[in-house]
Amino acid sequence: MLLQPLVIAWRRHRLATLLLVLEIAIAYGVLCNACYLVAGRLATIRSQSGLDESSLAAVQLSGSGAGSGAAINAAVLAGIRSIPGVQEAGVLNTVPFGMQKAAVEIARQPEGGAAAKADFYIGGEGSIEALGLRVISGRLPATDDYLPLAGSLPADGLVLVTKSLSDYLWPQSTPLGKEFWVDKRRFRVIGILERLPIARPGSRGNSSINWSIFAPVKPGDALVGSYVLRASEGDMQRVLSNVEKVVATIVPDIVFDRAQSQTIETLRKAYFQRDISLIALLAGVVMALLLVAAFGIGGLASFWVEQRRRHIGIRRALGATRRDIRHQFQAENFSIVTAGIAVGVVIAIGLSLIYTRYYAAPTLPLSYLLIGGLSLWLLGQVAVLGPAIRAAAVEPVAAIRFG
Amino acid sequence: MFGYYLELALKGLARNKILTTLMVLSIAMGIGTSMTTLTIMHALAGDPLPSRSAYLYYPQLDPFPTVAADHTEPPDVMDYRSAVDLWEAGRADRQALIASSPIKVRAPDTKVPAAMLSMLSTTSDFFPMFKVSFKFGGAWTPEEDRSRARVVVISSSLNELLFGGANSVGRIIRARDADLRIVGVLEPWRPVPLFYEVMGGGFLRGNTADFYGRPEDILAPFSTGLDINAPAFSPFMCWQPHDEAVSMMKSSCVWVGLWVELGDSAKVRSYREFLDGYAKQQVALGRFVAGKSTRLRSLMEWLDYNGVVPSDVRLQTWVAFSFLGMCLLNAAGLLLASFLRRGYEIGTRRALGATTGDVFFQHMVEAGLLGVLGGIAGMMLTLLGLYLMRLQPTPYADLIRLDLGMSLTIIALSMVSALLAGVLPAIRACRVAPSLQLKAL
Repeated sequence: MLLQPLVIAWRRHRLATLLLVLEIAIAYGVLCNACYLVAGRLATIRSQSGLDESSLAAVQLSGSGAGSGAAINAAVLAGIRSIPGVQEAGVLNTVPFGMQKAAVEIARQPEGGAAAKADFYIGGEGSIEALGLRVISGRLPATDDYLPLAGSLPADGLVLVTKSLSDYLWPQSTPLGKEFWVDKRRFRVIGILERLPIARPGSRGNSSINWSIFAPVKPGDALVGSYVLRASEGDMQRVLSNVEKVVATIVPDIVFDRAQSQTIETLRKAYFQRDISLIALLAGVVMALLLVAAFGIGGLASFWVEQRRRHIGIRRALGATRRDIRHQFQAENFSIVTAGIAVGVVIAIGLSLIYTRYYAAPTLPLSYLLIGGLSLWLLGQVAVLGPAIRAAAVEPVAAIRFG
Repeated sequence: MFGYYLELALKGLARNKILTTLMVLSIAMGIGTSMTTLTIMHALAGDPLPSRSAYLYYPQLDPFPTVAADHTEPPDVMDYRSAVDLWEAGRADRQALIASSPIKVRAPDTKVPAAMLSMLSTTSDFFPMFKVSFKFGGAWTPEEDRSRARVVVISSSLNELLFGGANSVGRIIRARDADLRIVGVLEPWRPVPLFYEVMGGGFLRGNTADFYGRPEDILAPFSTGLDINAPAFSPFMCWQPHDEAVSMMKSSCVWVGLWVELGDSAKVRSYREFLDGYAKQQVALGRFVAGKSTRLRSLMEWLDYNGVVPSDVRLQTWVAFSFLGMCLLNAAGLLLASFLRRGYEIGTRRALGATTGDVFFQHMVEAGLLGVLGGIAGMMLTLLGLYLMRLQPTPYADLIRLDLGMSLTIIALSMVSALLAGVLPAIRACRVAPSLQLKAL
């Protein structure tokens, strides 16, 4: 009943149908891949740091010149702590979404090859409390565990590692008490952190986002001008501008790095700016793409309705109901979109393979093919609804009219 | 005849305004997105020194002190000793050492607060080699390269900030703890990308936006830079953990870039031999172990090797052009509908003696007109797109603009696209049989 007019429609309008099928195929290929890319970037942006990002801020000073680093640290920290609203503060080499300071290769044996590249957070007393780090097993460092730095890292010592790093390094056994080496420096794990992202999360792939180590140290002269502070969420801007004033009076010739002295929330936004731009662009293209596809489907359907007025009139005169006519156009649209999707699957997978090859990204999962198909079917039905209703309104008398 | 076709085309387009609007919008959206991304691509992928890039080369050596497991390419920069050895040998027409470091800068006789700036440590050939021109003064001399002279060249923007744009040659700025005498002020200079410092592209996973930053504000002789700011230089890569106690001049870490100018292919050949010879000699001396692989890439090869255009920009361009393809298919479908709707008109013209060629040509004129309209609308969308892109805080935001060439490209691309979209519908239109259509009247 329904099939015969459908076949005729396909045969009579070969070229137009072919163009529409190809258009839908390309739309489908781009749509699936764009949605997948957007979803991937959204996941990175939304990744949890496990920190109270809006109530934590980094303070970065540079160019302290000669003089005792320990004295500068002590004076600056005392100044920061004296600002009303500051709850905790400590020396910390960097913060998540700040500058990468100590990314090192670590080995499981003294002379072994690198097992993983991880970020060291090197912090003085107060920094754990300021960050609000909590261990899920083991313990936090005691006062005696804060050891002096030898160069950029402590010579050896006790450290906290994140769960994801310990799962990677020691998958089968309990990580507490395990040791690892950075060249000749030996470190022993005393506690496991639920999560703590590296300074530039995602820069070494998605699996290593949380591969961080916290080393408690006495900063001394080797780690100067880099702090973390905690204050209440709504108060951060006032606190930060006070920090700048206080620093200017304590160490007048030091340079206050405004771009890096920000809340972690602000640093996160700046860090992900590029992903946000790409998401915005892809989302814009997807919207435009759906709009253009709807133009094409609706425009051609209107044309067919006009062209087939007499044909419709005859079918109506021979007993077809309005619903039959509407269904005919809807079914025709469904069959064209389906053909488009069938070709589109090839394009989608092809694009995904090319992308995977050049950017080492995972291939398109099946669910995106499904979602893309559903949205195009839906779009097709919405776009054809108007013309189909107009077709259904054609009176049987059109059969004997011209045009 | 063309005028008549144009008139017909205008009438045809005016007859069904909705369909025409849909077609123009469809072409405009495709053109707008693809030209926005293409303009950015054009800004980022160009040659930073069109007249000189063919003569500029970037030598690489392999100073691994131990045999490393998996490396096929030498590191992106050299250790101090190798770079200075090659520079001192002077086998190229010109040569410049490159290293940058953060430094605190102040002008003692101004009220501008101290700032941390990036200092480029280089050698006097840098300026003529890269065609950097001076607003005031000039470069330091080769003697000053060797004598660690306390001299400096500053950028035009720093001169503006510190001295209000006045001729500041002879004045003093304080960098870290040293007083440097200004010998030259540069004209505004913005190489795209910042080619002489492009390195490490292989580690960036396509996130290369920082290659498009601005040049340093202060430039000092290489030896002077090391004298006054030694602790601030950081290694690019080390084979052993970098020991801060060992001076960067003695360390095996790599951190110095070297650019050479070689005027013809014979010089390139002999420099290659020289480079290989140096590497062999160092292996014989036991300083290098795996040191036999050397490279001498030209500037553009070096940019390609580092994949300077950010992967997001490439991706955007691909997506935009796929979208353009789809828009064209869409326009073709709609054109077909619009042409065939006028079947009786075509039939009449054919019956009155128009050849199929006439009919084809007439419809191509209509498609071309559509292309012009789509191009104008697409240009507006491109301007909007570029405006939105400039709002993004990327290092290259200020480079994004539409020049005359790209504007012409927009109109051309739009015309070509519309004509392409029009071919099939126009062929179909001229196959309309005259009699059948007349009977239907």
